[in-house]
Parts: sequence; C-alpha cells; structure tokens
Amino acid sequence: MAEPARLTREDVAHVASLARLHLTEDELDLYTQQLAEVLDHAADVASLDLAGVAPTAHAMAVTNVLRTDEPHPCLDRDEVLAQAPSVEDHRFRVPRILGEAP
Amino acid sequence: MVIGLEVHCELKTATKLFCGCPNMFGDEPNTNVCPNCLGLPGSLPVLNQRAVELAMAIGTALHCDIRASTFHRKNYFYPDQAKDYQISQYDEPLNVDGHLDLPDGFRVGIERAHMEEDTGKTTHAGTSGRIHGADYSLVDYNRSGVPLVEIVSRPDMRTADQARAYVTELRAILVASGASDGKMEEGSMRVDANVSVRPGPDDPFGTRCEIKNLNSVRSLGRAIEYEAERQIALLESGERVVQQTRHWDEGAGRTQALRSKEDAYDYRYFLEPDLVPLVPDAEWIRAVADTLGMMPAERRARLTELLDEGGGATRSQLLQVATVVELRLDDLVVEAVAAGVPSALALARTANEAATDADAARALDPKSYVELLTLEANGSLSATQAKAVLAELFVLGGGDPAAIARDKGFEAMSEDSLAATVGEAVAAHPDEWARFCEGDDKLAGFFTMLVMKATRGQANGKAVAAELRRLKG
Repeated sequence: MAEPARLTREDVAHVASLARLHLTEDELDLYTQQLAEVLDHAADVASLDLAGVAPTAHAMAVTNVLRTDEPHPCLDRDEVLAQAPSVEDHRFRVPRILGEAP
Repeated sequence: MVIGLEVHCELKTATKLFCGCPNMFGDEPNTNVCPNCLGLPGSLPVLNQRAVELAMAIGTALHCDIRASTFHRKNYFYPDQAKDYQISQYDEPLNVDGHLDLPDGFRVGIERAHMEEDTGKTTHAGTSGRIHGADYSLVDYNRSGVPLVEIVSRPDMRTADQARAYVTELRAILVASGASDGKMEEGSMRVDANVSVRPGPDDPFGTRCEIKNLNSVRSLGRAIEYEAERQIALLESGERVVQQTRHWDEGAGRTQALRSKEDAYDYRYFLEPDLVPLVPDAEWIRAVADTLGMMPAERRARLTELLDEGGGATRSQLLQVATVVELRLDDLVVEAVAAGVPSALALARTANEAATDADAARALDPKSYVELLTLEANGSLSATQAKAVLAELFVLGGGDPAAIARDKGFEAMSEDSLAATVGEAVAAHPDEWARFCEGDDKLAGFFTMLVMKATRGQANGKAVAAELRRLKG
C-alpha cells in the first residue's frame, strides 16, 4: 500500500468548510499539525503486510442484524415540537434554504 | 439522445427502515417520529427485515445479482435529514447488474438497485411558494427514514418513448413484486432522468444533465424531449452543455438550472459504524424469489397465448392485453376463458368495461364475473345487458349476475319472447320482408334495428340474426 499523501492546510480548510466550521488562521495551522499527527499514527497500519487479510467493515464479525417489521409507539408530537426553536403548523420551522436538496 | 433513469421507490413496509415508526403516507405532520428518525443523540438504527426482503424481491425481479452489502453515511447539511446525513448504500449495493426488458423486447441494463432511507418533507413557505425566494421552510419528518430502493439504469435508452416504456414497465414490476404501490402522484415512485445528446450513435456520450421533479410518465417524456432540444440548440450555436442538475417546471414546460456539478457536493461517504454488513445467503435469496408472483411480461404472454388459441391477436387486442395486465385484471380473463368464454370476448369486456373501475373489478368475486361473461357468451344476455349487469355488480360490490339480470327485466328476452318480437317486426313490414327473402341481406340490419327499438336494446343481435334466418327458412 502506498504511503498516504501528507495532510495539507488546504485539506483541513476544505473539510472544515464541509462541516460548516469557521476556523481562524491560527486554528487552521494548529489543526493541520494535530490532524496530521493522528493520520500519521493511523498510517502505521500501512506498513504492515496485510496481503490476504480481507477488509473489514466493522470491528465485530457480525452480519444481518435485523428487526421484524412491527410498529413501535412514536413520540408525542407536542413534546417533540416543544424542543424546537421555531414551529409552525405542526412542522419544524427552519431558516430559508438556498438551493434544493442534494 | 442518451437517457439513463434513476427511480426511487418507497417500499410497502409497516415501519421505517431503521426504526419502528409507521411508514404511512398522509398522516398528520410529525406524528410518526421517534428519537431515531429525528436524529436525536444516542439513538441507534436497526435494519428492517421486511424492507431487506422487498429490496431483494426487486433485485430478483430485475434479474440482478444479490450480494453482500454495506451501508454508508452520506453527509450533507439540509434540514430534510435531522441527522445531517442519510444512510445509503454506496460502493457495495445489495443488487447489481440486472436488466429490464421493455414490452417490445428492448433490453435496458440495470446498474444497481440499492437501499437507502427517505428524507423528511420540506415545504417552502413565503411569497413565491418556490425554493428560490422562500422566506423559510417547514419540515415534517414523517417520511424521514421510510425505506427506499433506488434503481439506477444504464444509459441504454435512446428515445423519450423508451424512457416512458421503461418507467411504465418498472412500475408494473414493482407493484407485481409487492414492493411498492407505484403511486407516482403520492411520491412513492420518483424519477430523475440523465439526458445527453451526441451527433451519431457511434460517437462518445455528450455532457449530461440530470432532470429532477418528474412526477408523472407524461412529465418524464416532455422533460426529456425539451432537454434534448435545449442541448442540441446549445451545441449547434457553438456553445457547450454544462453538467448540471435541472428542475422540470411542468407549468412552463421547460427545465431550469438548479446547480452545476462544478460545485458538486462532497458527501464524505463513510461506513455507517452503527450498522453491520448485510449478507444474504443463497437460501434466503431463494426463499424471497419463491414468494415472487408472476411478472407483467409473463402475464402478457399468458393472455397473448389464449388469443393465439382463438386465432391470433390483433393490434388492438395487444393494446387490450397491455391495459388488462397493467390494471392487474388479467386473472379475470384467464378464469373466464378457462370456464369456456371465448378469449376475445373475455378480453374485450375486461379491457373496455371492467377497466373503467379496476378497483371494483379486482374486489369482485371472480366467480360472479365469469358467470356474467358466460351468460353473455351463451346468448342469454346481449352485450348491452351484460354491461348493465356489470355496472350493477360494481355498485353492489358483487352478487349473482343472473339474479341482477332478472331484476332488471332482462330475462324477459327469452328465446320465445325474442321470436315473438321478431315475428311482429316481420308482420308489420311485409314488403321489406319479401325483399329480404329475395336476397337483399342489407334488410337484416333494418329488422334488427326494429327489434332493438322494440326491446330497448335488450335483444341479442346474434340471436335476432339467427331468428331472421330461421324464419326465412
């Protein structure tokens, strides 16, 4: 497995914008360094010989965890909507959306 | 023109994909919600077995390979998902590499049919009522987490007609497999179209645009034709097609740009850590396949064979076959023919009359329907009378056709009564009768009309003709 490319400041800025995080210039420097250290640690795995080891999707070797198609009681609507900052017509009222759903 | 279609189909389960909230269209807003589908901290998804089996049924019906699969988080910020991600299948979908044959035999490849959860329903409030210019949005999470299968075709279609035929046939297959109610108007089946154009059939594919908001088969055809012409006009004037998502405006009859792929979303897909892989074994796949009913293509072939036995199907009869199968009334035709009713009569009565109220026809006891067609086939009821009795059966929700016919006074038209009426008509018009006897066959129609008038349309045309021939000797 090839050595992963080193994390750049631009990568961190991009990921932060995707996560809607606003970072200062100082924070960008700090997180670039800290995240790179985390990734370096994870990259140690790449030095292992994993030929013949199947990729795992999960830490536990468990598959097909299923439930039967039976309804359960739902939450009380008044209680649910009482948690929201803004409600109209029994719906959650949210700020204006630019563009449509992805 | 090159077309590929993505069809989202809501599965007909009792509950949502990852929680036990009811999967119910049209309920009061935000009544079918729980910590899971509201994305509350600490809630964990658990996969619905029935949803998996319906997804496998779709895969089987579309001749896909059903494989071990995993779930991913598709991350994006939009209030239709309270969690800020949608759980979907990404690089390891449940169903891959299938196909769908259109009624004319054209084969459309199916790239994949994967499982995912539906989003909540947003209503854009404000002055314009549209997305652009809305002041705020209202969200109902009843639909959030409803199980979906997204069926992605290969870009194999070349005309709007093929796209229409594909969606119509796919809808029939989804309904026949029990996976969906196929109601496009309620959004339980939603279609996005990828359209591109190129100079000739051997040229590489052009830049494509994805069209959203196609709420009917009619919209789909119109939108594809509009979009192809828009792209051709761009290219012919020396401009280029920009890869983008476009919204179909049914009222204006055109597509409008929503966003360009240049600023495409980065969904940061990663494996859903709260779900384990879904690995169907051969035994489970076989068990699901065994529950699948007959598919539409097989049903059409079954009716066409019945017509072949009766001398071959005409063009209009093939259309009747398509109608009857689409409305799931074909079992009625098969049962009637098995009871001795001529296939042409059984098909015509089902496609023309029963089809006008398919719900009532499906709810009817097939025995009543077959009995009615038998009465018409053996001449006890005229076509007009049979139609009247059928209408009454629909109103009553069933019953004994012979008794209904008696109540309507149709039984008076026995052989004796018919003979008497024909005799009266003949006696009243001796000149015409003489000419008829001398070989003027056109006058058969004249006498039939008189009898029909006297019986207010209750006489059987064939029986009148037979009686006229008998009198003529």
